[in-house]
Amino acid sequence: MDETNYITLFEGKNGDFIQITSMDIEGVMRRRLLDLGFVPGAVVEVVRKSPLGDPIAFRVSQTTIALRREESSKIQGELMNRD
Amino acid sequence: MTETYRIALAGNPNTGKSTLFNALTGLKQHTGNWAGKTVSLAEGTLSHRGTVYRLIDLPGTYSIFSNSRDEEVARNYIVFEKPDVTLVVVDATSLERNLNLALQILEMTQNVIICINLMDEAEKRGISINERLLTRRLGVPVIKISARNKTGFPMLLDTIERLAEGKLVCEPARMTYDKDIETKIASLEPLVADLVEDRISSRWVALRLLDGDESLLDELKSRLKVKEGSA
Repeated sequence: MDETNYITLFEGKNGDFIQITSMDIEGVMRRRLLDLGFVPGAVVEVVRKSPLGDPIAFRVSQTTIALRREESSKIQGELMNRD
Repeated sequence: MTETYRIALAGNPNTGKSTLFNALTGLKQHTGNWAGKTVSLAEGTLSHRGTVYRLIDLPGTYSIFSNSRDEEVARNYIVFEKPDVTLVVVDATSLERNLNLALQILEMTQNVIICINLMDEAEKRGISINERLLTRRLGVPVIKISARNKTGFPMLLDTIERLAEGKLVCEPARMTYDKDIETKIASLEPLVADLVEDRISSRWVALRLLDGDESLLDELKSRLKVKEGSA
């Protein structure tokens, strides 16, 4: 497995599937993200990017949720669809 | 005079919670959960086999750790107002997401019914749900309904009745955390129990304190003060 397979959600491209491995966020925001389905092990799809690239819409556990760079750049995962 | 029980309805947004509330109480409650909408609790009554039940529609939330006013209202009602039964309405087509809130509520209170709504929609999509297995795993009654088509209501009402009257006892599955956290809970819990006595689950309060939940701490302080003042 190539190391480059690990990216942050912010680095994802439209249509990418990323399996979350870790999150560098603490406190209330971490709790919030966990509640919304951003949990380690969950597979997240990059649905679309805003014209300026921020925020980005993700599909997680059957719901679309947009995250700002502030959060999405702190969530790491393994890219599952690109080789 | 017949006894009145209080039933709280909790659930994620868009699970048909208010549809169920309206179907059971006959009230036409305004639905929607957008910013700026006043967070207030709709109430209605329902009578079943000679007993009157007061239904309280809590705000729809994904969680109950009070990141927002909605969640705080829902949490405070369940923990401090202690309804006789808490009905957690979940979306059959999105169980994984919905069970997050259900598990959080199972940690807070004992008398819980999980009500799997939108079963008609789930069946259309070919989703089948084994409610007996869920009941066994969760330790509380799990009932499938469709609020829209009013199916599953007799079973739901009978279960509410049995739980309210104490004929049915729930034993919610307890989440076990890793060793570090369990050790800390064990040392905190007796101290918490001294303060809150048996009014609130001391394990749950200990967990919230470990999580640094200051909003709960403030709420506890003001409520315990009131109790001491009035004693």
